[in-house]
Amino acid sequence: MDKMYSNKLTIALLLLPAVILFLGIIIVPIIMSTYYSFFDWNGITDMKFIAFDNYKELFTSKTINFKQSLLNVSLLAVLSVCIQLPISFGLALLLGKGIKGERLFLSIYFFPVLISTVVIGQLWLKIYNSDYGVLNVAIRALGFKDFEQSWLGDRKVALGACVVPILWQYVGYHMLLLYAGVKGIPQDLREAAMIDGASEWQVNRHIVMPLVKPVLQVSVIFAVTGSLKAFDLIYVLTRGGPAHATEVPSTLMISMLFTRMRYGMGSAIATILIILCFAFAIIIKKVFRTEETDAKSIRKAKASKE
Amino acid sequence: MQNQYEKQKQAKNKIGIVDTKKSVFHRVKQVSTYTLLAIWALINIFPIYYMFTFSLKDNGEIFGQNVIGLPQDWIWKNYEDALNVGNMGRFFINSFIVSGVTILIVIVFSIMATFALTRMIWRGRKVVNSTFMLGLTVPIHAAILPVFLLLSKLKMLDSYESLIIPYAAFGLAMAILIFTGFMQDIPKELDEAACLDGCNTWGILFKIILPLMKPAMATAGIFTFLSCWNELMFATIFISKSEYRTLTVGLQTLTGSYTTQWGPIGAALTLATLPTLVIYIFLSKRIQSSFVAGAVKG
Repeated sequence: MDKMYSNKLTIALLLLPAVILFLGIIIVPIIMSTYYSFFDWNGITDMKFIAFDNYKELFTSKTINFKQSLLNVSLLAVLSVCIQLPISFGLALLLGKGIKGERLFLSIYFFPVLISTVVIGQLWLKIYNSDYGVLNVAIRALGFKDFEQSWLGDRKVALGACVVPILWQYVGYHMLLLYAGVKGIPQDLREAAMIDGASEWQVNRHIVMPLVKPVLQVSVIFAVTGSLKAFDLIYVLTRGGPAHATEVPSTLMISMLFTRMRYGMGSAIATILIILCFAFAIIIKKVFRTEETDAKSIRKAKASKE
Repeated sequence: MQNQYEKQKQAKNKIGIVDTKKSVFHRVKQVSTYTLLAIWALINIFPIYYMFTFSLKDNGEIFGQNVIGLPQDWIWKNYEDALNVGNMGRFFINSFIVSGVTILIVIVFSIMATFALTRMIWRGRKVVNSTFMLGLTVPIHAAILPVFLLLSKLKMLDSYESLIIPYAAFGLAMAILIFTGFMQDIPKELDEAACLDGCNTWGILFKIILPLMKPAMATAGIFTFLSCWNELMFATIFISKSEYRTLTVGLQTLTGSYTTQWGPIGAALTLATLPTLVIYIFLSKRIQSSFVAGAVKG
């Protein structure tokens, strides 16, 4: 059978469709994007090689305001990690204890993750509508007239208004991952700690936390890279406006490429996005790796006990 | 050892019964747990509830008389308008075609590739495998311009293929990841037995492995469906003719033309969510576990 399984022709035929598709649509285009980013080009006239000028312009030009978009996306990443993840973890801990109705709550919390972001964006457009939106209606009804806002039209609050639905939608996702992690912890480990007199907080802090670290790592990576890639909701809600207040790199890239026809500049943004995504994924893995060894040692200790 | 634990546990339980202070504390804790969970559930459901109820109201109710209550008369005509005037029916069919074909391509291509990557014996398997896994981290937008130029050179913009091809390419990584985990768990002895019975490689793949992969195929299918059904960026850029628009883009144009009437918009949004909801109700456990599997292995 080994001979049959090392047949070169069969191997090639099995791999070919996937490899062609993958190379043609992902690998080669990424290389091309990087290549285009060194040119001044609008898709019609000849390409002009300008080395790093696109990148220089990106970071210095006040009109493009790329820095603002990076700031916005960093804010989104920070808020995801500092607000979204704690909420998710809290919910996961509450549900993971094994309470009545756990499945129902889990299913409700996870549902927004599955809904199309366009639907969610359109829905929040209605919620935020300054005349008839449910938010302003509620504010008026409660008598806080001064807090009434044009939520997506005001530079000062627009970014915040865009962040809320993004955080809202994905809490369920992280909750699910962390819940699975919490559930994966053997019950007797918990009980043993309780018998030794540990409070619930202590159990969570010293048993659950270290053991779900690998899952937490995945969540942090997704929260950060997901923020870097943020596009749909912002595109639906504000298209990056008003006056770039909610611009993120991907919306800026799309407007560079397909409204201003600056192919080189758009590709430079794409290249930066790819680099950032990989860099953060690697950095976060490194940060967690040192701590992961602790969790492993606990698991090993447990295994040896049995 | 075990016995000692049991005894201690029993002792603890007894104390718990006697100690009323502790049980009051326990009660309070339980109530507050449920309150917290219920509050978050409410925050989760409210926007969806709002969407569903305003899809059945007229402007008068939505804009003042009855903002958050149940609709006074249920105006199903909003749904008719969304389907006929708003052309949602067409967009629906388009989304189904695009997602369906993409799922098929992703499953077939990925199963073949996974078989080569996990079963076949050759050098460079690891390198090829980790190259595929890059697809999990790469942002889909990073490829948009070159793919756009490629499609326009091939005169394929404004067609189903212009979406199916990129969606399938970006679905491969996740599907291969899911299939690899699954295929590795299928014992090699099965292959050997089939080989002795005279099966060749393709026979083993299609007659022995494939039927065992059904749960994994469902998982990969769900993933691919969700990403195709909800994708916006490629669909906006690659499609300009209304006859090929998918739901997400269709919704965008619909709300652009229906700014004054909220009812039909709500109906369109609800319609677009319906297939996902139905799938979720029937397969919630499988969907949840596939998200966990996909994330933790990745």
